[in-house]
Amino acid sequence: MSNTHFQLDRQGRLLHFLTIEGLKRHHLIEILDTAESLRGVAERRVKKLPTLHGKTVVNLFFEASTRTRTTFELAAKRLSADVLTLNIATSSAVKGESLLDTLRNIEAMQCDMFVVRHEQSGAAEFIARHVKPHIAVLNAGDGRHAHPTQAMLDVFTIRRHKPAFEALQVAIVGDILHSRVARSLIHALGILGTPDIRVIAPRTLLPVDVEKLGVRVFDNPTIGLRGVDVIVMLRLQKERMAGALLPSEREFFQCYGLTEERLALAKPDAIVMHPGPINRGVEIDSRVADGPRSVILEQVTNGIAARMAIMSITLGNHARPTGEQI
Amino acid sequence: MRDVEFLIEAMAVQLRELLARRGILAPALVGIHTGGVWVAERLRQRLDLATPLGQLDISFYRDDFSRIGVNPQVRPSELPFDVDNRHLVLVDDVLYTGRTIRAALNELFDYGRPASVLLAVLVDRGGRELPIEAHVAGSRLELPAGSHIQLAGPEPLQLLIQTAPAV
Repeated sequence: MSNTHFQLDRQGRLLHFLTIEGLKRHHLIEILDTAESLRGVAERRVKKLPTLHGKTVVNLFFEASTRTRTTFELAAKRLSADVLTLNIATSSAVKGESLLDTLRNIEAMQCDMFVVRHEQSGAAEFIARHVKPHIAVLNAGDGRHAHPTQAMLDVFTIRRHKPAFEALQVAIVGDILHSRVARSLIHALGILGTPDIRVIAPRTLLPVDVEKLGVRVFDNPTIGLRGVDVIVMLRLQKERMAGALLPSEREFFQCYGLTEERLALAKPDAIVMHPGPINRGVEIDSRVADGPRSVILEQVTNGIAARMAIMSITLGNHARPTGEQI
Repeated sequence: MRDVEFLIEAMAVQLRELLARRGILAPALVGIHTGGVWVAERLRQRLDLATPLGQLDISFYRDDFSRIGVNPQVRPSELPFDVDNRHLVLVDDVLYTGRTIRAALNELFDYGRPASVLLAVLVDRGGRELPIEAHVAGSRLELPAGSHIQLAGPEPLQLLIQTAPAV
């Protein structure tokens, strides 16, 4: 956050993957193209590549997660890495070990990559700044700050349906305020040249100065959804909701929930996305979530390829001595 | 340099004869990105094969990941046929150390268990570091280490050779 270039080496290559902010178009395109090449692996008899054979990846999850954790695990395993998943919330943290002590201990086990999820913004960068230089750190979600691998799997999914970002209209609907997914996705879409990014939410669920991210704000979905190519529904983050920002879930559904009627306002070939887990009947109607325009399960599948791409690129850049030509 | 189409015709003649000798009727050709795919497509036309062309990008199988990382221009591998029990012809532009072919064989076997694999290359330049040899070669040259040979394409195909001065 303080220094978005910290994740790059002197040649501008990705050493860590902490945030989308500050990255160039070519970084994102390289990840998307690599993910495209890796996507077919799942359809083969042997769903495994030897690329990270002999490397050790440690998932450090300080915050609960099922989908993100399992897709990171599968991504590492499909690249032949050894994987260890630590749910810190339920282990050392309870015993009072400090974050740095936990890090030093895991480092002493000779690992090559940390995948970090933490409820504090900036936690992944903090870890990247304190680990040994040969270790790559991936941010799997830090507080309200960023969820860059989710953003990459989202733009990867969008590109597979709608390859021309420069002609795209995208609506992001729901709890933008608490959403690291929204923040990272808005950055990624912007870098890829998306001309029309809309956020649709009640004022209470929008960060102040949200327009500075380069989005148009709508509080009425009937207007905001008109003619869009992509609708990204966000999960109502009940566990992050401190004050009374909303009257009730039912009212939220009535005002913002994605129903078939509202979907009909978008382009006829619009796709519906959701980072999961979905709250049926809160932000999205089951008929839409399970309907023909929904690519929600495709996002899960694509998450594996996108994470494989990011893992192999960052570890590959660590491998390559600075300045060596390929 | 000799005409590339001429070398491909020489490959086609050798390959046709070899396939006949082995009694292989419907082989599938698999080109290695990028030059191997160009050569394989032309071979497939000359041999009039019905099976669609397979394409391998061996970037994720290279043995030098820990030195050079992932090739940023990697492309999807695609084998649009069932590999099991099929006779395959692996096609590449230049055979040198043999490491690319080792990687390609490993990748092929992750798709299934072929009945056999033949190797056809446009140019065998010597310099092997692994026990791998081509069944079919358009040309065999002994180039000193440090020389570069590269197939430019796709239209027209052209061999670019830069010979290192003899020591």
